[in-house]
Amino acid sequence: MVSGLINANPTVYEKKERRVRDPLPNVVDEYAAEPIDELEIFDILFALLPFLYPEHPYSLEELKVLTEESVEVDDRCSYVRVTFTPTVEHCSMATVIGLCLRVKLMRSLPSRYKVDIRVAPGTHATEAAVNKQLNDKERVAAALENPNLVDMVDECLAPSYA
Amino acid sequence: MNSVEEVGEMKHLQTLEGHTDRVWGLAWNPTFTNLLASCSGDKTVRIWEQSFSGSFDCKAVLEETHTRTIRSCAWAPSGKMLATASFDATTAIWENVGGDFECISTLEGHENEVKSVSWNAAGSLIATCGRDKSVWIWEVELGNEFECVSVLQGHTQDVKMVQWHPSMDVLFSCSYDNSIKVWAEDGDDDWHCVQTLNEANNDDLTIKLWGTESLHAQSGDGFEPWGGVIASGAADNAIRLFVVNDDDDGLVCYTLSVSLLRRYKLKL
Repeated sequence: MVSGLINANPTVYEKKERRVRDPLPNVVDEYAAEPIDELEIFDILFALLPFLYPEHPYSLEELKVLTEESVEVDDRCSYVRVTFTPTVEHCSMATVIGLCLRVKLMRSLPSRYKVDIRVAPGTHATEAAVNKQLNDKERVAAALENPNLVDMVDECLAPSYA
Repeated sequence: MNSVEEVGEMKHLQTLEGHTDRVWGLAWNPTFTNLLASCSGDKTVRIWEQSFSGSFDCKAVLEETHTRTIRSCAWAPSGKMLATASFDATTAIWENVGGDFECISTLEGHENEVKSVSWNAAGSLIATCGRDKSVWIWEVELGNEFECVSVLQGHTQDVKMVQWHPSMDVLFSCSYDNSIKVWAEDGDDDWHCVQTLNEANNDDLTIKLWGTESLHAQSGDGFEPWGGVIASGAADNAIRLFVVNDDDDGLVCYTLSVSLLRRYKLKL
């Protein structure tokens, strides 16, 4: 996505042991509403990880850009909040990463969900501006009508659908 | 003003289906009150008509004019024309000709996304605003000509919305830069920003009501829908009401906080 690494020597963390999903109940009611939980959202976003920083030999999880704790879900209120951590506080890709996360969730979740995307408090130089832009539905809608930006987002997301 | 008790409980009457993308705006026709316009990310406007039985049916689909999201729509006070503002950088003017809606003019000038459009009370002026940080005022001339009479600069970010005062030629614009500007003509055909409403505490999910003695007085003793008060919303967890200060001529504010997005708060 970018030529040259923005942060050539990032801090690399050990991959965390993944939480194991509860087994499905024996009696399955196919008409029952299926609540969505943090793990499911993380799984959806986890598929994106290798593609957002393609130059880095590490996944976004190893860079701690996104962890399981990054995802908060209130299924009853149809609310999801994703908090990601840019690897450097001047990361110029923060809004693009945020947009990719938002689009991925828009395409994966039922439309009843309200999704907030934000950078972790204190992790970006222009935190307030990034958060404001990522959560402005008018700006997001306009951005997604920009062919160049859509191409870039699609390029990031395409492998995650494979 | 009816009290909540008099109005009674709200009941869902009907769901209007037809748009294939997010519906961004609605406008009731002020004259032909059985008409409703809706605009959408599907690049179309739909005109809905209430039949004698009370149900709303889609009477017309205005399409193949805008090439991107239609963000806002507004009827002229006469109810005969509809203005639509689009991310395609244009504002279209539609006229109801014997039940058919024809695009009679396209207002071009904004560099990119147009976000809001508003008619003044007389239907003689149209205001538009957009991502290019500017507010444009257009004059409605005879023969369906529309001429730009002023381009107002001053906001430092996208201008999200424009709204004329319901009876006076005073224009309000609100912006991503967290300010509201009040614009008025100086009697010499020049438009100026007469006040900027700024609050230190922004992005605060609030609604603010702004009041003024002078606007109220000048609007006459007849019906004045706003009662000299304007309202604005922003982005944090409270609603603030800003009202009249008798000692001040400008728009001033006073605060009332209400938790607005309580239902979105996570229980962690």
